[in-house]
Amino acid sequence: MDDDKVFKALADPGRRMLLDRLCERNGQTLGQLCETMDMKRQSVTQHLGLLEQANLISTVRRGRQKLHFINPVPLYEVYERWIRKFEEGRLSLLHDLKQELERNKT
Amino acid sequence: MTDKSASFVYVTYIRTTPEKVFEAITRPEMARRYWGHENVSKDWRPGSGWQHIRTDEARTVDLVGEVIESDPPKRLVISWANESQKDDPDQYSRVTFDIEPQGDLVKLTVAHDDLQPGSGMLNGISKGWPHVLSSMKSFLETGQGLGL
Repeated sequence: MDDDKVFKALADPGRRMLLDRLCERNGQTLGQLCETMDMKRQSVTQHLGLLEQANLISTVRRGRQKLHFINPVPLYEVYERWIRKFEEGRLSLLHDLKQELERNKT
Repeated sequence: MTDKSASFVYVTYIRTTPEKVFEAITRPEMARRYWGHENVSKDWRPGSGWQHIRTDEARTVDLVGEVIESDPPKRLVISWANESQKDDPDQYSRVTFDIEPQGDLVKLTVAHDDLQPGSGMLNGISKGWPHVLSSMKSFLETGQGLGL
């Protein structure tokens, strides 16, 4: 899946709020999500479409209902690719600094 | 009546074949390389048991359950409980793996149903699955899992 799509999908406060709503309560219908969003039903539908294209949500049909689930797998991949790498860099910098200072002491 | 209303649905797209994904779940020598555990069953047929065994020296059994449905390489449904809670039917949740080819990718959907809201299991799996699935994707695409 495209990292670009994930970042673009996250670059909108309304879409981030939808993810928060699903994080609080997973598996909601469009109607349930609209109740807690200060937004037109049509806009919510559009935002959900973009989130689904980015694979940040998945949908499942249960009888006549379509349920929306948050899918954090792409977020995890972004974390692995873009965040953990930098954390590790910082930790190894501290590690080198410690080695250097301790060597100078003796 | 125990509340088992909580569900999660995870989706990942992997550049591989459905057969490889099915094997990555069911073959111990593959699962150990990206999951830190092996999934072990004598035949992965409906009615057979399965165990989720840590790949350390103690070979601790963390999870147990039964195979409910098996249609390789498209679908696998298993029940799922902590080993320590295996005698309590209320503690069993259900995991469904759906594997479908989409062009040159495979769409893997993992649905985890019948979870108790607020339970330790729910908390554990909601942290665990994103990592396991990212690690499986990395393993199948590059031969390297993520550190677990």
